[in-house]
Amino acid sequence: MADLSPLALQLRRFRANRLAMVSLGLLTCIIFACFFGPYAFPFSGEDADFDYISARIDLFSPHPFGTDEFGRDLLVRVLEGGQVSLTIGFLGALVAGGIGVLYGAVAGYAGGRADSLMMRAVEILYGFPYVILVILLSLLLGGGNVALFAAIVFTLWLTPAVIVRAQAQSLAKREFIEAARAGGMTPRQIVLEHIVPNCAGVVIVYGSLLVPEVILAESFLSFLGIGIKEPQASWGNLIQAGVSEMETDLRLLLLPGGLLAATLFCLNFIADGLRDAFDPNDR
Amino acid sequence: MLRFVLKRTGDGLLTLAALVTLTFFALRLAPGGPFSRNRKISPEVQANIEAAFHLDEPVIQQFGRYLWGLAHLDLGPSTRFRDYSVSDLIASGLPYSLTIGFWAVVVATFVGIGFGLIGALRRNSATDYAVGVIAVTGIAVPIFVIGPLAQVVFALNLNWVPVAGTDGGWRSLVLPILVLSLPNIAYISRLTRSAMIETMRENYVRTARAKGIGPTRTIVHHALTGAMLPVIAYLGPATAAIITGSILIETIFAVPGIGRFFVDAALNRDYPLVMGITLLYGGLLIAFNIATDLLRGWMDPRVRHG
Repeated sequence: MADLSPLALQLRRFRANRLAMVSLGLLTCIIFACFFGPYAFPFSGEDADFDYISARIDLFSPHPFGTDEFGRDLLVRVLEGGQVSLTIGFLGALVAGGIGVLYGAVAGYAGGRADSLMMRAVEILYGFPYVILVILLSLLLGGGNVALFAAIVFTLWLTPAVIVRAQAQSLAKREFIEAARAGGMTPRQIVLEHIVPNCAGVVIVYGSLLVPEVILAESFLSFLGIGIKEPQASWGNLIQAGVSEMETDLRLLLLPGGLLAATLFCLNFIADGLRDAFDPNDR
Repeated sequence: MLRFVLKRTGDGLLTLAALVTLTFFALRLAPGGPFSRNRKISPEVQANIEAAFHLDEPVIQQFGRYLWGLAHLDLGPSTRFRDYSVSDLIASGLPYSLTIGFWAVVVATFVGIGFGLIGALRRNSATDYAVGVIAVTGIAVPIFVIGPLAQVVFALNLNWVPVAGTDGGWRSLVLPILVLSLPNIAYISRLTRSAMIETMRENYVRTARAKGIGPTRTIVHHALTGAMLPVIAYLGPATAAIITGSILIETIFAVPGIGRFFVDAALNRDYPLVMGITLLYGGLLIAFNIATDLLRGWMDPRVRHG
């Protein structure tokens, strides 16, 4: 016990959390299914099969979960949509978290005027209605996947910035930072080599909360027709397509909706588990 | 306290000014204009229409014109719904949006606090877990999945309420309000539960109980007031969540509120309408954030002097 590093202890605490571990396993399965599942089928999600238009669930047909009104395989489309949603989710959380961490670390370490100016900007952006900002930004950038991604990242880096800044502020007063400064490290080196690594715990916890937020934002926008557009699939626009057919055929809504909900459940439980493991004072 | 009020109001106005400026220039920089869609019209007609809406002026001049209008409470004409001003459209949609939003907040607050209390007082019981499951469901299952499912179950199959629209009077608003309040019930019940558990351990609650004033009074008069602080702090973000949600809800349930206008206006580059609704949402959000801060400052001296 004594020779375990804090990180090993935290990981051990996380592993003891059964709900979080089950969620982690399920999420891994979903990710694998989304990225490798479509290869098991001889067609892609954009190929129309005119012999099977709006086919129902039939596990022994070439389309086990049926097809949509264009004869495209529903299961393959949902899995391919998952690739888009999951990629945007993890990449978005990574980029937004990265920007937030750097911004917060610089502000917290610099302190004084620079700090209050930087945090003032964050506060102003915080006051904006978030969805409206995302919608406006994705319009400004002309729609498309990159625009959507940029818009989501731009609105979600604020919370990590605030959290890391508070952490960096208290770190900046510690002796080892002073020692580093006395030893001739440049501020840039101190921020990158001392401040940022020491914020790892909070960053992991809040970063894990960012992933479901980004996925939700993406599917929300795609649902409204502002995000990912047909024929490319994403969970958001598949749900939208499912809603327009729900009076006759619920399957088109339930499959993408269920997978999205399952993913969000897992991500939330994992984030909870990480928070309990890294921040035991919280409860 | 006065200093606190002034500072918060000043910050709020600054945020609003930044919002107006940013939105205005972002919209003007966006590709495509309100009249550049696939309609075939001669360049002269196009130029005339754009001149009528002052779109041919330099952007700075348009901005000045817009601010001048704002100062006179004039939000300009809508470019999509001809013959309607932005104020007309907002006035027609706002009652629906406000009704749904208001009741969603009321339902979310009462149900959320109730659930949280039950969870905290019967900690680790079956009820506690049931409440926890509802809370996680509200957070993890998005509105745009629950909403359509609720339509299928309660409107199409059970026929209790109309599927969509607003023709059914109050009955048609039941589903939109309940679905919109769900994520907030989840957050508020979680907050109340953990805050309540923490407060019940505080010394002043133990003192109250030791004085023998009974469990009900201890909980209602002493513990609950302390536990409400984080819940009140959440009311600002809750407003934001309600605004976000109402855009979806109005789309799903075909309610002619301003959220629907906003999406429609954004997709059709109706600059004045987008600006007007952005301003309204921004103003609402800022006002609620300030009100929340003031309420917390009034209830908790640590915030006021912090």
